[in-house]
This record gives sequence, structure tokens and C-alpha cells, in this order.
Amino acid sequence: MSHIEILRAGVLTTCQDAGRPGWGHLAVPPSGAADRPSWRLANQLAGNPTGACALETTLNGCTVKAHRNVTVVVGGAPCPVTVDGRPESWGQPVKLKAGSVLDAGPAEVGVRSYLAFSGGLHPKSSLGSHSTCLLSGLGPAPLADGDTIPLGPSPAHPPLPTQWPTPWAGVSEELVMKLHLGPRLEWFRPEAVAELARGVWTVSEHSNRIGLRLDGPALRRIDTAELPSEGIVAGGLQVPPNGQPILFGADHPTTGGYPVIGVVGAEAQAAAAQARPGTRIRFAPIPMPHWSRRA
Amino acid sequence: MSTRPTAPTSNRGLRPLPAGPRGILIDCGTTALARACYRSLQARRMSGLLEAADLVPGATTVLVDGVDEPELLAAELPGWPLTEEPESASEAVEIPVCYDGPDLEAVAKLWGVSPDAVADIHSGIEYEAAFCGFSPGFAYLEGLPEEYRVPRRESPRTAVPAGSVAIAGPYTGVYPRSSPGGWQLIATMTNPGRLWNEHREPAALLVPGTKVRFAAVRV
Repeated sequence: MSHIEILRAGVLTTCQDAGRPGWGHLAVPPSGAADRPSWRLANQLAGNPTGACALETTLNGCTVKAHRNVTVVVGGAPCPVTVDGRPESWGQPVKLKAGSVLDAGPAEVGVRSYLAFSGGLHPKSSLGSHSTCLLSGLGPAPLADGDTIPLGPSPAHPPLPTQWPTPWAGVSEELVMKLHLGPRLEWFRPEAVAELARGVWTVSEHSNRIGLRLDGPALRRIDTAELPSEGIVAGGLQVPPNGQPILFGADHPTTGGYPVIGVVGAEAQAAAAQARPGTRIRFAPIPMPHWSRRA
Repeated sequence: MSTRPTAPTSNRGLRPLPAGPRGILIDCGTTALARACYRSLQARRMSGLLEAADLVPGATTVLVDGVDEPELLAAELPGWPLTEEPESASEAVEIPVCYDGPDLEAVAKLWGVSPDAVADIHSGIEYEAAFCGFSPGFAYLEGLPEEYRVPRRESPRTAVPAGSVAIAGPYTGVYPRSSPGGWQLIATMTNPGRLWNEHREPAALLVPGTKVRFAAVRV
């Protein structure tokens, strides 16, 4: 069993698994790994079952000491990887001996690297998930230097054999996201769809796991009426009164009182999780489906 | 409560709106219809007629998230009978509170009554948890008559203590943990730890549909 020890937590390193979906009616955000495909692939390469808990770093990586022999995969945002000071492979299984120190350095591109350990991590769980939620405070606190996290038993299946090329998603400086219009498109002026298709937004510094704040053309509403609080989905593009949209991430609030003009799907949510401040974002609006139009 | 609207049985007011590729936001138009729609969706999910990752009630809406074919759900919606108000209403959860909030005087002024009367009025109403939001275990409790609605504070507090009982607009609620907040604080729950307990099923004391009464205690 044993554990890993966090020697350098970096700006923000959290424990993340598949999160705690299904508790939205109790105001519990879904949480979980922000870049799902990267988290899933890191676990697969480490030989872990789907859903294992891994570390999610933010921009400047983290340093971890192994207290037992363990295989680790550093994936997601590409970064330099060293073990006891020697360069090691990024995105591939790396064997750590008990007592060795692995450093995942600053992300070269993207934001979040994932460190998956064979056996998975077993920090305190809350409503069936080990995920840290920044909005609600559920799950383990964000990691601090010196924290230790228990490791699960080594998986029965050995790590997958190294394969090239491993299908890590790329990270780009400009994202084009399919935006499924609705639910509250009609709260906006008719020209809003054209503005969405034409505009370019940039990811603000004030972005986190809860959402990306986007700077760019303001999306103007028809009026200032108050929207009664309603359920929000991950990937929702909410427009507060100042017109600057917020793209909701894994730790999003479960309800909100500002209209959501459109929603991006899982693929775009993963890309958004790797979008640094300054990344340009464009939208490709997809019309509301026929069943939602008034007869 | 005498002003409770009669249980709706028609679903003609339900309007399905897309909430991404796997979600539907059902706009019910009124709080009463939203409550009935939520009960109906819960019943359908329990009996295996609906597969969804989450059902999230709002003030006048229900979000159905994580559905494989939203289009089919939208097409089925008009044919659904809505569950009527359950005949044998469950007993109200009693929340002992001390009417000592920092905004008690201000609310008394807004209501045009004495602070003691605020306590009598607030604790004399049976509320219902309409929906949760804001923080795990925070329920928006409905039932405050129109004439007792007050605005939020002009500047929100950066830290409201756990257990604070507050009112704003049509709602009253209790903060399960310390957080920023803009509602008017009129009382304090004596044991706020009851509101949220991860080792209890359900973790929230006040789940949507729960009836609630406040009981004044003197210190």
C-alpha cells in the first residue's frame, strides 16, 4: 500500500478522479479531472482501472517522492519529467523505486498535467469521490508541501506496453468550439448568434476549475430581467450582466441566475481545461434543435 | 399553508430547452409546475423509465442532465402525467433557531413590525425546500408570503457564519458553512452541523421537497 509524499505542490495540485456527478440537486458540483481524456489516458498507461484518482497540476507541475515501488505516467500538459534529477519520458510509464523523487516541471504548453500512479491514489473521499472541488470545498484540500497520499494496491494488470505514438491531445493557442445554442438564447438580441460566430475571445487570468472568464465582445441581452435560478451544465457559456461570458468547468456552480446562451460538449471542455490565459477562443454556433422551437 | 396552489395535473406549460448535447432544461413557467415536474421525473427515474445522470430542480425549471437522447425525452414530455402533490405530506423538519441575526432590526423595519414579531411570523410559516444551490446543503425555502419579501443587502458580506438564517426575495435559507452572502440575516441555527453530513444518506438535511419549520429558542 504505502503512499506518495508531495515535496513541491506547485501553484495548485489537486487529487482528481471521475468526480461526483449526480448530486446536483443537493448543490454539489460534479468536479473531477478537468481534462478527462488526458486523465483517462494517463491512468490507462499506468495500468489503472477507469476512474482511478490521479494528481492534477496547474501550470508549474509538482514534485513527488515515492514511498514504495510504483509506476507513474505524467501526461496531459507536456512538461519536463525527471527522476532523481535524470530526464525521463513524458507521457509514458516510468518506474519509480521507493525513495525516488519525480519532478513534473512547468507545462511547456497547456495548463494541467496529470500524474497517474499504479494502484491509484486514495485520499479522503466525499460522496464517493476523491476529487477536490474548489467551489464547494468537498474532497481533499488542495495539496500542500509535505502532504502524503495513500496508494492503492498495485493493479493486477501490468502497465500497458509503451506505444508510439501515444494519442495525447495537442494543445493549441487558438480554439474553435462547437457551441450548442440554448437554453437561453432568446434572452439575447437577435444579432447575438452572428456575434458569437464572428467574435474572438481570450481566456482571462481570472480563470480556474470553476470556469474560464472570457474577454472580448460583450454579448448583449434584450433586457435586464432577472432569471430565476436554474440548473447549469458543465460547458455552459453563462453571460453575466457585463456581457463577458464565463465558460463553466468541472467545479461549476449547480444553479445560477444569469442566462446560459450555449453549451460546449465534452471535447471542447477538455480543450478549455488546457487553455492558458491569453488563449484565443472562437465559437461555431450550432442552431437550437427543432424540438425546442416554439410551435 | 393556506396559500399553497392546487397541485397541477396538466403538463401543457412545460417547455423543453436544449442544455448542450446531453441535457434538457425543462422550463415549467411556475414554481408549482416545476415541483410537480421534478416529482414526476424522479418517479420515472426510480421506475427505470428515465435514464439521466442528474435531475436539478431550479426555481421554475428542472434540468435533466446526462441523457443519451434529449430529442426523445423532449418528444415524450407532452404525454406525461404529472405527479400530484402527495396526499400524506411528510412531517416538517424542525430547525431550532435563535432570532438574533444582525439584520433582524432592519428586516423588522422593512416589515413594519417589532423584532419579536419577525420571529413570530418567520417561525409561524411552513416552508418547502424548492431547490438547492449556492453551497452543498443550502436549500431555497419557499413559503414566505409576498408582503414579507425583502431585497438582498446592498453590499454582500464577505463572510456569513455557518448556521445563519437569512431571507431574500421569495426565499428563506440557512447557510450550511461560512461563505460570502448577500441575504438579510435574521437568526442563527443552534446546530448547523445537521445541515450537511457526508456520512448520512442523503448528505443534505433539506433536500428538494422537504417541509421545514423554524422553532424559536431563547438563550
